[in-house]
Amino acid sequence: MKKRIACALIALVIALAPCTVASAAASQSDIEALRGTKLYVYNWGEYISDGEDGALDVNKAFEEKYGIEVIYDTYDTNEVMYSKLKSGGVSYDVVIPSDYMIERMIAEDMLEKIDFSNVPNYKYISEKYRNLAHDPTNEYSVPYTVGMVGLIYNTKMVEEAPDSWTALWDERYTGNILMINNPRDAFAIAQSILGMDYNNESPASWRVAAELLKEQKSVSPSYVNDEIFLKMEAGEAALAPYFAGDFLTMYDNNPDLAFVYPKEGVNFFVDAISILKGAKNKLAAELYINFLLEPDVALENAEYICYASPHTEVYDNPDYTYYQNEILYPEDGKFKTQLFLNLSPEILSLMSGLWDDVKNYVPSAGSGYRSLFFGGDGMNPSSGDGEGMTPEAKRYALYIVIFILICLAYVVFRYARKKYRENV
Amino acid sequence: MNNRSVLKTKLVASPYIVWSALFIIAPLIFVVYYSFTDAAGNFTFDNISALVKYAPTFLRSIWFGIVATLICLVIAFPLAYIISQKTEKIQRTLVMLVMLPMWMSFLIRTYSWMALLQDTGIINTMLGKIGIDPIHMINTSGAVILGMVYNFLPYMIMPIYSVMAKLDHSMIEACQDLGGNRLTVIRRCILPMSMPGVVSGITMVFVPSVSTFYISQKLGGGSFDLIGDVIERQFQQSYNYNLGASISLVLMVLILLSMAVMNRFTGDEEGMVI
Repeated sequence: MKKRIACALIALVIALAPCTVASAAASQSDIEALRGTKLYVYNWGEYISDGEDGALDVNKAFEEKYGIEVIYDTYDTNEVMYSKLKSGGVSYDVVIPSDYMIERMIAEDMLEKIDFSNVPNYKYISEKYRNLAHDPTNEYSVPYTVGMVGLIYNTKMVEEAPDSWTALWDERYTGNILMINNPRDAFAIAQSILGMDYNNESPASWRVAAELLKEQKSVSPSYVNDEIFLKMEAGEAALAPYFAGDFLTMYDNNPDLAFVYPKEGVNFFVDAISILKGAKNKLAAELYINFLLEPDVALENAEYICYASPHTEVYDNPDYTYYQNEILYPEDGKFKTQLFLNLSPEILSLMSGLWDDVKNYVPSAGSGYRSLFFGGDGMNPSSGDGEGMTPEAKRYALYIVIFILICLAYVVFRYARKKYRENV
Repeated sequence: MNNRSVLKTKLVASPYIVWSALFIIAPLIFVVYYSFTDAAGNFTFDNISALVKYAPTFLRSIWFGIVATLICLVIAFPLAYIISQKTEKIQRTLVMLVMLPMWMSFLIRTYSWMALLQDTGIINTMLGKIGIDPIHMINTSGAVILGMVYNFLPYMIMPIYSVMAKLDHSMIEACQDLGGNRLTVIRRCILPMSMPGVVSGITMVFVPSVSTFYISQKLGGGSFDLIGDVIERQFQQSYNYNLGASISLVLMVLILLSMAVMNRFTGDEEGMVI
């Protein structure tokens, strides 16, 4: 707590002396001219230090420093953000999408190149996270947080510590398994097990992965996103795949939880700050990015968000709560990681169609289906399975038909009775 | 009617006409447009033919909607009758109590059911205290239907109650004079007369139940979809407005059809004995 107050003080000092970090490119008068303007920021929920518990309120500190009002909105998935921006009707200056979404937005000409002379603090970003495949020349994005997906489990509910994604298919934990309710992350887990590339463009391999996800239905997983916090903390579920940083938050509330990076490999992500095409306040957006990279601001954010930081001054700072934390900052090359990249429109629509199939699939009890992947039977899923009429659908159809027949019978009965009474 | 008053009527009606054109007709046109075009805006039937694979989801949604509506009807009819029998002051209080949960957001109410029903939730903790084994309730179809009934029950109670409160008491007295016991009075007199309320109640519960999406995600654990979930996903996640629109269109047509059928068979027989 003392440290946080100290940081807040430092930030206040910076705020009171606006001239200390004059930018190289934009002149002081340019920056002064921005006073009273507005900056629209669109970020993930709970993804910036907001002044809770004496921490630094980053947006407020920025407002005090530059006199630029920050209008701040949040989203909960990349896809929601994309749909909102694509449908028009909203205009933001700054967004913080993930890697594959950045690549897609660059491809669709939705992002503006950042003028890095206005972002001198970019020097703090570790070389490791620059020029990654989604933004090879690093012109459009500045890494904000990085991290990996792993397997969270409740030590009181599992019989032995899992080390593989296949634990999520384990019959012993039927009804106690959570799954990410997002096609890309869910498919990545299946693809890890199958040893596939997350970004492969072969429709057949996506179908195989979908079959594996359908097979998971026999352990009746719940598909959830942020409810994972609630459910894992309450001991409502035994296993859940989620982000390492979020595990640390959950662990604070339930020390029975543990975390493992499964041996098959995991998804590694970078969420990076970008400026949208047509941003009305581009210079302010660059000032904002630079501000987020100020060492003390970045530290406050890293402490609040609990995700790993790409900022050298943060992860090399011995005062940082997660300094050399082996969950957030595991040794390089200890296990296989893969980055998500943008997929072609065909694969994207195939994926969302397959995901609909997975969600709708109801396993028929007692079928020998389970042995398909783990019984060593080879992998050649029957194509088109899950489409058309499943036994469950037939049952509902039967119910509805019976219901309609009863209604019809009743109407006929009344009609007949009416006629009979008229005759009498 | 002279010209001036015609003009006046038109003038008075114009805001409503503009309103409905903008916010009812125009969105409908968009839905139809998106249903029959692909992402590039070319005419296509692909979206409609793609719906075959969603048939199980449609059936499940419709069945859940029917069950929820019937349960609502069974609960709401006696309740509305009981309320309408009370003195005016008590009636007002009871009606307010029915409406009270609706002062809170629908999302929060559904979310709190999650906390109630889950395995480590309030109900199971209490059962555990008195030595009963926990019952698995969350993530079942029962939980989803419970959520629908809970959320939409007021929409069934209110129309039935408002019809019952205005019933002509002399009719009921006449029925009693002719020797009807309590049950006969309800069956042959009150029920037929309150049919308009029942019909609008059924509509107001069935339509949102069939198209709901939040309830199934939270109380059903997202492990089985209702058609509303599929629609939501097309817009929010897959950015496939065309498929989303075509599912909505078909759902809309299905609902309209069932409403039309229901009105056809109840409308002209109003006042008939059950």
